[in-house]
Amino acid sequence: MKFSYYPGCTLKTKAKELDRYARESAQALGIDLCELPEWQCCGAVYPMASDEIATKLSAVRALADAKKEGGELVTLCSACHHVIKRVNGDMQSNSDMRGKVNRYLQLEEEYAGETTVLHYLEMLRDRVGWSELKKKVTAPLKGRKIGAYYGCLLLRPAKEMQFDNPENPSILEDFIAAIGATPVKYPYRNECCGGYVVVEDKEAPKKKSGNVLRSAEKHGAEAVVTACPLCMYNLEENSAETGVSVYYFTELLAEALGLKKGGGAQ
Amino acid sequence: MTEAQKDLKEQVLRMSGVDPGKCMTCGKCSGTCPAYDEMEYHPHQFVSMVKKGNIEPLMRSESLWQCLSCFACMERCPRGVEPAKLIEAVRLLVIREKGNNHLNAQEIPGKLDENIPQQAITSAFRKYGK
Repeated sequence: MKFSYYPGCTLKTKAKELDRYARESAQALGIDLCELPEWQCCGAVYPMASDEIATKLSAVRALADAKKEGGELVTLCSACHHVIKRVNGDMQSNSDMRGKVNRYLQLEEEYAGETTVLHYLEMLRDRVGWSELKKKVTAPLKGRKIGAYYGCLLLRPAKEMQFDNPENPSILEDFIAAIGATPVKYPYRNECCGGYVVVEDKEAPKKKSGNVLRSAEKHGAEAVVTACPLCMYNLEENSAETGVSVYYFTELLAEALGLKKGGGAQ
Repeated sequence: MTEAQKDLKEQVLRMSGVDPGKCMTCGKCSGTCPAYDEMEYHPHQFVSMVKKGNIEPLMRSESLWQCLSCFACMERCPRGVEPAKLIEAVRLLVIREKGNNHLNAQEIPGKLDENIPQQAITSAFRKYGK
């Protein structure tokens, strides 16, 4: 199996574990992740206003490059996935924007949203399959109670993201079960960590991430997993009052595949 | 509604693509908003105030910078009103004006710590400035 791969800025800097263990695990699963050449920052937030065009161009460049390389683009960071997936949707459905973007970019071939955008978790679920993943696990995380932290960006808005049920998702719990651990469900798993507001105000994320971690702890989770570097930051910075550890899901994947020594904090 | 109010309303409706007339005032958007406690005007008030053309108080409000863009209000609105898009449009009305950035590049170094991810800085820049 071969896919184009978009790591994004933070995975090259503060979230190297998210990237590194994703690549190593993919290799062990027989998947060839080919990093897109010359990708640019996705912009981190989806520009919601109908007249925003320039802020969407870097996502279109990545999508158009992936189209040339086989047409399937794997993303990993929740924010990159959110932006690239929604911009792709715009390119499919918004003819005004599609026209403006194509006239501006002057690509060799017009781009109209042909690329399939897959989050790494979707790749595991829909292309590898949980039962196949289970067979490849050499060091199952037996007895570990892990909570899935979805946050916002993978799930919402569901009609555009088409990732999972936005109020009762299961993809991360299925992942946790496939690597041999025990998934722990808790009410705050799809609530916001506090996001980018942390740049201005550390109190808001403290409250919101605190709610998430206390909820996970109350329901018996010893750790939570995330796919988002900003969630990781907000949760970790506010984890002191609970005993809950925070991991990237790819760290636990690598551990279960025997590629990473387990147990320690990241 | 004055001409100036009408003009602002038209801009917000065009940028957001939202029809506040669809709102049935159930309050679910504000009930589910994780930034509710930090907001002076709540998501349902953005809907009703835009509808009335009363946009200037929203433009001056701290609420603009407290919205987390978590899309909970959009997902959970039973009428598909999408209040987050209204908040974004009002935010843009403010920061698209020269000199009106809420966050400037020179303020950034003082806000960084060792672990803060690039994603946070880029997101804040996109949301708080032009």
